[in-house]
Formats: sequence, structure tokens, C-alpha cells
Amino acid sequence: MIITLDNITKRYGSFVANDSISLSVRSGEVHCLLGENGAGKTTLMNVIYGLSKADGGQISIDGKAVQFASPKDAIAAGIGMVHQHFMLIPAFSVTENVVLGLEPTLFGDRLDLDAARKRVRDISAQFGLEIDPDAPLEGMPVGIQQRVEIVKILYRAADIMIFDEPTAVLTPQEVIEFFKIIESLRAAGKAILFITHKLNEVMEIADRITVLRHGKVVGEADPATTSSGELANLMVGRPVSMLVSRTEAKAGDVVLALENVHVTDGTSKLALDGIDLVVKAGEIVGIAGVHGNGQTELIEVIAGLRPIVDGRICFAGGDIAGISPRERHRRGLAHVPEDRSIAGLAVTMSVAENMVLDSYYEPRFSRFGRIDWSSVRKAAAQLVSQFDVRTKSVDASAASLSGGNQQKVVIAREMSRPIKLMIAAQPTRGVDVGSIEYIHKRIVEARDEGVGVLLVSTELDEVLALSDRILVMFDGRILAEFDSRTADRSLIGLAMAGVVTQSQTHAPEIAP
Amino acid sequence: MTTDIAVRPAGFWRSELAGSVMLVLAALVTALVVAALIMVFSGVSMPQIGLALTSLATGSFGSPQAISETLVAATPLIIAGLGFVIGAKAGLFNVGVEGQILIGGMFGLVAGFSFPDLPMIVHLPLALGCAFVGGALLAGIAGWLKVASGAHEVITTIMLNFIALRFVDFLLRNPPVQNPERSDPISRFVADTATLPKLFAWFDPSMRVNLGILLAVLVAVFVAWLLWRTTLGFEIRVMGANQQAGRFAGMNTARTVIVAMMLSGGIAGLAGATLTQGVLGRASPDFAAGLGFEAIAVALLARSHPVGVVFSGILFGALTAGGRRMQVAAGVSLDLITIVQAIVLLCIAAPMLIRTIYPFLFRPARES
Amino acid sequence: MTATTLSGRAQTVFLDPALVRRNRIIGIVLLVLAAVIASGFGIGVEGNAAFNLTPPRALIPIGSLIVPVAPYVLVIAAIIAFMGVRLLMKSGSRYANLLLGIALALAITAFLTWATAGKSLSLIGLLQATVVRAVPIAFAGLAGVLCERVGVVNIGIEGMMMAGAFTGAVAGSLIGGVGGLVAATVVGGGIGLLLALLTVTYRLDHIIAGVVINMLVLGITSYATSQVLVSNRALNQAPVFRPIEIPYLSDVPILGPMFFSHNIFVYAALIMLLSATYYLFHTRLGLRARAVGEYPRAADTLGIDVFRTRYINVMLGGMVAGFGGAWFTLGSVGQFDENMTAGRGFIGLAAMIFGRWHPLGVLAAALVFGFADTLQQKLVILRTPVPAEFLAMAPYILTIIVVAGLVGRARAPAADGHNYEKS
Repeated sequence: MIITLDNITKRYGSFVANDSISLSVRSGEVHCLLGENGAGKTTLMNVIYGLSKADGGQISIDGKAVQFASPKDAIAAGIGMVHQHFMLIPAFSVTENVVLGLEPTLFGDRLDLDAARKRVRDISAQFGLEIDPDAPLEGMPVGIQQRVEIVKILYRAADIMIFDEPTAVLTPQEVIEFFKIIESLRAAGKAILFITHKLNEVMEIADRITVLRHGKVVGEADPATTSSGELANLMVGRPVSMLVSRTEAKAGDVVLALENVHVTDGTSKLALDGIDLVVKAGEIVGIAGVHGNGQTELIEVIAGLRPIVDGRICFAGGDIAGISPRERHRRGLAHVPEDRSIAGLAVTMSVAENMVLDSYYEPRFSRFGRIDWSSVRKAAAQLVSQFDVRTKSVDASAASLSGGNQQKVVIAREMSRPIKLMIAAQPTRGVDVGSIEYIHKRIVEARDEGVGVLLVSTELDEVLALSDRILVMFDGRILAEFDSRTADRSLIGLAMAGVVTQSQTHAPEIAP
Repeated sequence: MTTDIAVRPAGFWRSELAGSVMLVLAALVTALVVAALIMVFSGVSMPQIGLALTSLATGSFGSPQAISETLVAATPLIIAGLGFVIGAKAGLFNVGVEGQILIGGMFGLVAGFSFPDLPMIVHLPLALGCAFVGGALLAGIAGWLKVASGAHEVITTIMLNFIALRFVDFLLRNPPVQNPERSDPISRFVADTATLPKLFAWFDPSMRVNLGILLAVLVAVFVAWLLWRTTLGFEIRVMGANQQAGRFAGMNTARTVIVAMMLSGGIAGLAGATLTQGVLGRASPDFAAGLGFEAIAVALLARSHPVGVVFSGILFGALTAGGRRMQVAAGVSLDLITIVQAIVLLCIAAPMLIRTIYPFLFRPARES
Repeated sequence: MTATTLSGRAQTVFLDPALVRRNRIIGIVLLVLAAVIASGFGIGVEGNAAFNLTPPRALIPIGSLIVPVAPYVLVIAAIIAFMGVRLLMKSGSRYANLLLGIALALAITAFLTWATAGKSLSLIGLLQATVVRAVPIAFAGLAGVLCERVGVVNIGIEGMMMAGAFTGAVAGSLIGGVGGLVAATVVGGGIGLLLALLTVTYRLDHIIAGVVINMLVLGITSYATSQVLVSNRALNQAPVFRPIEIPYLSDVPILGPMFFSHNIFVYAALIMLLSATYYLFHTRLGLRARAVGEYPRAADTLGIDVFRTRYINVMLGGMVAGFGGAWFTLGSVGQFDENMTAGRGFIGLAAMIFGRWHPLGVLAAALVFGFADTLQQKLVILRTPVPAEFLAMAPYILTIIVVAGLVGRARAPAADGHNYEKS
């Protein structure tokens, strides 16, 4: 079994997302497709999977040319895909998700769920993918959800398997588990196309590597004879340093102190279970952890968006329980939300309007309830140049900006007033490399000016690169604390999975 | 890198005006062709169809009297449409316009006959204010329910419409609202001091157009000013664009949603006042007669733009006024106009339809 | 290195503040309700209420249920008060909504007993009318479920039903009742096709599409009524379907007359609701339809044709609405009047939400609305001191209470109202 892509080209208007891409994957090999965000990896996958149609080029399987009008054709040809955003339906059970689209039936179109359940059990036993066929998807850990996705394509007897950024959502321990699964799939003779932007993974798992940049193949490599430095240069097009240059922190007074904070998740389940946490002026405290271990609730309770059930939060010297989010802003709290399109920006509104989303009522912008748009626009223009936001004008809608520039708008807005504490949640998610460096630089600058920074990120590399102290969250608690100068990646990884040694146990200083 | 920022004045005028006018004309032509076809199928003779279409034109813009009738019909549509727009900008689909017209109209009516000794300069604004309050209270219930329990405003406002209708029936059958000289459900008359004065009574006493149309224009300017120039308007627009982002930026979303809903209902209530304190002078059961739903169509037609609402309101008003003439002159039922309005709305809401029917009109497509 | 894995934790339970607040509010509401019932309907009321259990045309009288008003009402008030106190004491209870629902139901029986004091009310007649009045709402709700389960919001049900009523009357007059019914179904399906065309193919906002459909149908049917039907009365005299007594089943006390001695529409509604439940939750196509309504892109990646699925189900929904619309003419008066559906389509939407997008939930909700509708009619006959207009508001107030208090943020299919674009 071999799948060959020959000069695949895909355009969106005048933008060329894929420019004459050629590559092949054989049975029993893992072919890694490496490239940063926006390099055209996902577009290429959609073409292979029949989700979008190529403007030029040819796909062939075992030498025979194939045409996919829809995923149905791709599935029939033996292609299976695990998407970056899981294509699973939360309201359905595991079995329903697996068989959807290829359901065993009895008379009268009746679903044969018993047969389906048996198949799911068989497949999971055969490949060592432990799952409960009757469990609902809702609330399932992402690692297990990914197994469901894999079972789903195995159920369809796929021989060519595509994984799109499969490790982005996993803990280091889950990644190890996942690589074992990949090994067993390779041993079973599957042809695997593995898409990622993480160099260390490529070096670990790949048999062959193809590097993509700006929609073009810029290089092919053999992991045995190449180094990750070379690959990084190929991927980005210029040498990059993952390390952010920064000096030793000069930590000052405590700006934020949480004592024994408890928060529920909207039902009676605890999302935060006794959080103690201190952030001082002039230091960056990084929160590492797998998504869904209470980080969202932690950020929201500090920002005043979620009621506190028990405990105390002190900010800038006073207890802020029961104080409105706006008043917290006034007292010097900045908040870069986790997901800019959900909570950071009103994308249909203009850049200028988004720049003043939290300050439009201040005397500098409005009087007697009337907004002075010329001063808003001037301030916005100044922020746009100060923060290097690439936009046609301040009147352009935020939706017309790239992800990186949208994020710069959010950061510019939050840093446009005197602040004491900045919560930066996933500050570089879905942002291009250039903007990542810029945003990191800004965060470090803020720290150097005496702002306390609470950085929350599921990217361990980011936490390691920026933080002065690292806290690991697991299951609504802070499990461990590390000094970033001495932190050991693998120990942090273990803590993210809930395993700690005595010496790291988090013992916070209690605020005066 | 130096970023070149164009600092140009803010404005809600879009340069697509010409395209929009073309679209409306094409939609109107399509709707009238369909209307003619329907008349053919329902057995109306050719000369009668011709007469119907010409009287549609003459009855709407053919004479000062016709224009007056067009504006009379347009007045409540424009105002109620503007009410809907405020809600729509906040992301709220206020289907309760109909009920808010009814309650607003009743509040205006009650204030309008309760203080017969006040001078007009006090009485008229007072009664209009009461109408606003009435509509705002009714809509406020839906806004509050949405904030407090998450009940969808489409469901609650539909129910409030029915409740308002029954409530008006109740008022009309009982003192003090019922006209003591009547046994049927008809209200007292509004005092002259609370009645919107006719604008051209000095020229031709039969011209019914009154101060209401000026009120409508005033409300349109107010709504545009509110939405684009004030902090409240900004908050309302953020609610519509991304409520979560507003909440994260420190806005009081619950308060804004309720205020937007109340403003929406209050303005719809004013539309009711232009009926009871205007052309009707009193209230009868279901005096809104579907105007609220027509006003929603008017607002959708203008894509929820306050200035556009004035024009789409006049268009629908003209169709109604012309339709009445058509009914009298050609014997074709006024209900045909509802079909015409539906098709106009359809064509404008789904411009792809019009582009499919008339590809030549839109050939020089504006490349974005 | 001594590694310790975290085990389950046992400590104090923390309650969600929003839940506690809500339960307290409901508790207080229940106490107030109990007080109102006791003072308003119980204390100082003399006499018994007689609920007649004999079906209208039955030969053998079954007898009446005689309820002493004051004791009954006071017992009910005590039960409601007890539930209120319990909620206030155990503010973490998960059953607040259930208790509220039970309390409302009990309160209604108390009210009914009070209104019947010293008189007699046919309970069977009340229940029978409830089922009849539930029919159009059930059809409307089911039409909504079929559309929204695939992600298309259908505000146009009202128009679809009106079209069904009109077609039923005209076609019924020309070719007989069965022909009328078929024609109404076909026309309903046609309007469903229009809705699918507008929303799926032309990606029009679903609510606008529904508004357009309602206007269009209202315009066409009203125009045709005044322009054609008024002068051709023969076109608006359709036969009405007669009740069919189901052998044996209709003889069962209470349930027999309630469900098994109606015309074809009641049976059709029950059959359709049951088949829709089977279809949506037990068949291959139903699973696919729900997948499209939850996450169309996922369905698409598995080779399910999102557009076709939406077209088919929206058309099915339209057919159900058209069939249900025919009830207004062929199932009751045989004649079409302008705007005769009178908002039943919208109540059907409320029933769909109340019924949580499940056909059987729709049935329950429709029965509740049917009961409220019937009750206000019967109460007018009983001459209660409450003005008739306020009684007529009852179904709508009930809907608001139900949607706001009991359902709250019920979860619609995740992709409901969202247009799908292929990437």
C-alpha cells in the first residue's frame, strides 16, 4: 500500500495554500509533515481526505489515480483521518460516534447497537486501545477522545491514517501512550501521515520527514541524519531561539494572593479545590497543566467572572470578593483571555472599538455618556503602531486581521493602561512565529516594569521559556511548584499527569 | 515598520448605497410580477390587473393625499421597526413588537383621556412618555426572564404578545377604559391635547398625516445617535457582536440586555401611541393588527440600520396605502400586499436570489 | 524518589452558589403559593366539588368523584408548603424543578376544585378536550423537532400549518377528506422544501426565512380566501373526519374516552410521535440526522451528506406541519378562516423546547398546553370570578413559567440555526 501525492496545488482566491506539493507514504512507515501554523498542512490534509478539492495535481493509491469528491470516497479508498479538532459528537456515546456513517443495521433500518458495541470492543482489544463503548463523549478526557477517533478510523478498516497535530492536546504522559499506539499501528502495516509542528516528536517517531513552509515543500529529511536545529531552520526559514532573553526577576510586593479558593463548575462539582497562590510584582508565574484541570476557572475567579464559593482573593492589597470585573480592571488587573475569538474580541467590530472595549467609558474617551470617537481613534492608532498591529486602518473589522494581529490587539488593549497584574491565558495560541516572539518580548517587558504576570498555558515550552516560577495544576489543585532555573521537564510532565514527589509539593507563602 | 493609519471620521453611511437601491428595485419588480401572476391565477381580468397595478402607484405617491396616506401607514412601521433594531443590535430577536405596540398604545390612550385639562405642551409628551413606559415594561419582562433564567426571548415575547392582546381585550370591556356610551369593546377617545396634530390640516383637512411621521424621523436619528455615539449604544452593540467579550471587558451584560430590551419595547410602545393618539384616536380589540410583525419585516429589510428603516418603512407604507386604493378601485384584496411584502423581504434578505434572477444587473461585481 | 499518585478525595461538599440561590427562590415561591392557595381557595369555602367521570355519550353512568373543597385545598397547600420548607432546608437539592412542577400541578387541581365548589364538572369531558386541543400543538412541536434535530430553526411552522389548513379545506371540498389530507401534507412538504432551499442552499438566516414563510402563507391564504373562497363557497365546505371508536380500548374507563374515541388526527399524532421517536433514536438515518444537527462538519467527514439530510428532514417536518394544519379544517370545522391557526405553531415551538427536542417530550408538553387551553374554557362556563380574558392568558403565562422556571437553559442541538458551509 502506498499513497502518492503529485504536485498538489490548492488556492483560495489569490492565496496559494498548497503549491505543487509531492510526497508519498508507504505501509508500515510514519511520515511526518512538519510545518508551523499556516504552512498549509491542514489544507493538504483536507485535500487528501476529500474535504476540499485540489486545483491541480494528482493523488494515487498503489499507482492508481484516485479522485475524491467527498470524504466518503476517501474513506472507501482506505483513508482515515484524526482531525486536530476532534470530529466527535459530545451528545453521543463512544459506540455511536464510532459507527456513525457506517452503521450496522437490522431490519427496518434499526441500529444494531449490540453488533456495533462488539466491534468497538474487538478493535480496542486488538490494538490495546482501552475504552468503554457505552460511555458518553461529554466530559471525557481528551486522551480517551483521541482513542475514540483512532477506533473510528480502524472501524472503517483504514490502511492510510492521517493524524493532524495529534499531540497538541495531550499531557507528556499521554503522548508517550499515544506513541505506543502509533508504534502498534505501524507494526500492523498502516501507512501513517503525521502532521505536527513539534520538532522533538518528529525526531522521535518519524521514518521520513517532509518540511512545509508557506504552502511549499522546502525540504525532506531522514531523522537519522538530521538534527532538530536544521529542521527548525527549514521550518521557519530563519534561525529561531526558543529561549526568550530575559534577566533575573526582581520580585517585589505581593500583588495577588489566593487563599484556599474553592470554585464550582456551575453544578456542584468543584473545579478549584483549595487553591493557594501568590504573584509578586515583577515576576512571571507560569501555570502549567493539561487543559481542563481548573485553569479556566482560576482565571475567571480572579477576573471576577465566576463566583467564589470559599476562600479569599486579595489583589493590590484588598480582598476583592464581590467586586465587579470593571472595578478590578480599574484597580489594575489586565486579562488576556484564553480564546480571543470567544472572549477577547468582538470580531465584527472595528479595531478601534476593540481597543477600547474595557475603557470606552473613561473620561478620556467619553463625556456624559457620549463617546468621543476621534480621541478613541487617535488612541487606537497609537496603540496599533506601538504594538505593531498590521491592519489597513483602525476602522477595519477585527475579523480582517490575522490571528497574531488579533492577539496583539487584545494585548495592546490590556496593556494600554496602568496595570499591576496581567493574566495572560494562552497568549500565543494560533499565532504565527513572528508574533509569538513579539508577544513574549512584551510580556517580559511588562514584568521588568514591575507588573506581576500570571501566565497560563498548556504549551509547556512556553511556560518554561517565560516563567520565573512554575506551578502545575491538576484536578483543580496546584500540585507542585518548580523554580524555572532548575526545573526538570520530565518532572513537570509527571506532575501534569498528577504524579509528584514530596520535595516539589507546593507550599505557598501566605500573604500578609 | 511604520503603520499608516487612516484617521477618517466615523459614520454609518456605507458606500454600497447604489447597490442597495438597485437591489430594492429589483426585489420590488419581482414581487409585483409575482403579484400580477397571482391575480391572473385567481381569475382577475387583464384590465383589472392593470388597474390594480396603476392604483397601487397612484394610491401611494400619485397625489398629496396619497403621499399623506403613505406616511400615515409608514409612521408606526418605522417607529416599531426602530424598536426592533435596538433589540437586534443587542443580539435580541424581539418578536414581541406587536404586544408592545398594543400595551404602549393603551398606556398612551389612558394617559390621553385621563388628564383632559392639561395643556397640549405637557399632555402630549406625557402621554407619549406613558406609551414608552408601557412598551418598555412589557419588553422588560422578557429581558429580565432572559437574564434571570435563560428563557429565550423569542418564546417569551411571543407569549407576551398573546397576553397583551387578552389584556387589551379586558381593558376595552371594563371601565374606565371602555367608552361608557358603547356596549362593544371600544375605548374612550383621547383628548385633543394628547392627540398628535395633523400637519397639513390648514391645507386640506382630509390629509391625515400627523406629527407622528416627524416623531418617526426623530426616533430614527435618536436611535442612530444612541447606537453609534453613546457608551450605552456601544455596550448594546457589543452585546450583539460578542456578549462574552463584553462580559470579560467588564460590562454589566445583564443590565445591558434588560436596558436594550426595554428601549426596544419602549420605542415599539411609541409606535402604538401613534395609533391611539394619532389616526385612530381610540382603541379597539387587536388595533395593532399585525403591524408589529410587519415592522419586523421592515427592520430586516433595512438590515437593522436605523436610517434604512425610515426608507423601508415608507416603502411598506406606500404598499399598504396603494393597496387600499387597489382594493377599492380594482376590487383586489389588500392581502395581496402581504405577499408582495414577503417577496420583497425574501429577495433582499437573500440577495443571492436576486442575483440569480437578474445576473445582468450585478455583472460589474464589486471585488472585495 | 517517592512518587505518590493522588487518590480520590473525601472532604466537605461545596454547593454551587447559583443552585443554592435558585433553590431558595423556588422554596419561597412554593411557600407563597401554599399561602395563596390556602387563603384564596381553601379557608371559608363551603361545599363539595363534583367531578363527573361518565363519558358524554355513555349509557351507563360511572358516577362522580366528590371532593370536599376546603379539606382538599388545605391538604394540597400543606403538601406544597412542606416541599417549600424542605427546599429551604436542603438548598443543595437537585429536585427543585421537579418539586416546582408537582406543586404547580397540585395547585391547579386545588384551583379547579375551588372553581367547581357546589357545582359539577365533567372530568372526562375536560380530559377529552385536552387531548383534542393538544393535537395541533403536538403536530407543530413534532415538526419543530424534526427540523431542529438537523439544525434548522423553523419559525415558519405557523405558516406551514396555515397552508395545511387552507389546502385541507379547498382540496377536501373538491376531492374529499382523504384527498384533502394528502394535499395538505404535500403542500406542507413543499413549504418545508422552500425553507430548506432558503436556509440550506441560500444560507438565509433561519429566523428571517421563517418570517418570510409566515408572511407569504398568511398573504396567499388570506388573499385566496377573500378573493376566491368568499364567492365560491363550494370550495370551502370540506367534510370533517368523524371520530372512530377503537374497539375494546375505547371502553377502558377514563383512558378510553380520553385517547381512543377521537378522529383520525389524534391517532395520527400518537403514531407519528411514536414513529419519530423510533426514527430519531433507534435507526441509522435518525442517528445521522441527529449527528447533522449536533456537529455537521463531523458528519460530513464521515461521508454523511449534510445538505441532503437537512433537506429530507425539513421536508418531513413540513409534511407533519401540513398534516397537522389540516386538523383545523378537516379535523374540526371543515371550513377555512383567515389566520385560523391563531399562533398554535408558535405554541408548538414552545412545546418543542419544553419537551427538550424529544417527540415524547413534545407529547407531554402538548398535553399540558392542551389542558391549560381547555381549562380556561371550562372555567368560563363555571363562571369563576376571574375575568375571562385573564383565564384566556393562562396557557401563555403557563408557557412562560415553564420555559423560564422549569426548562431554563435547555440544550438545543448544538448546530441549531447554524448554516453549514463546506470547506
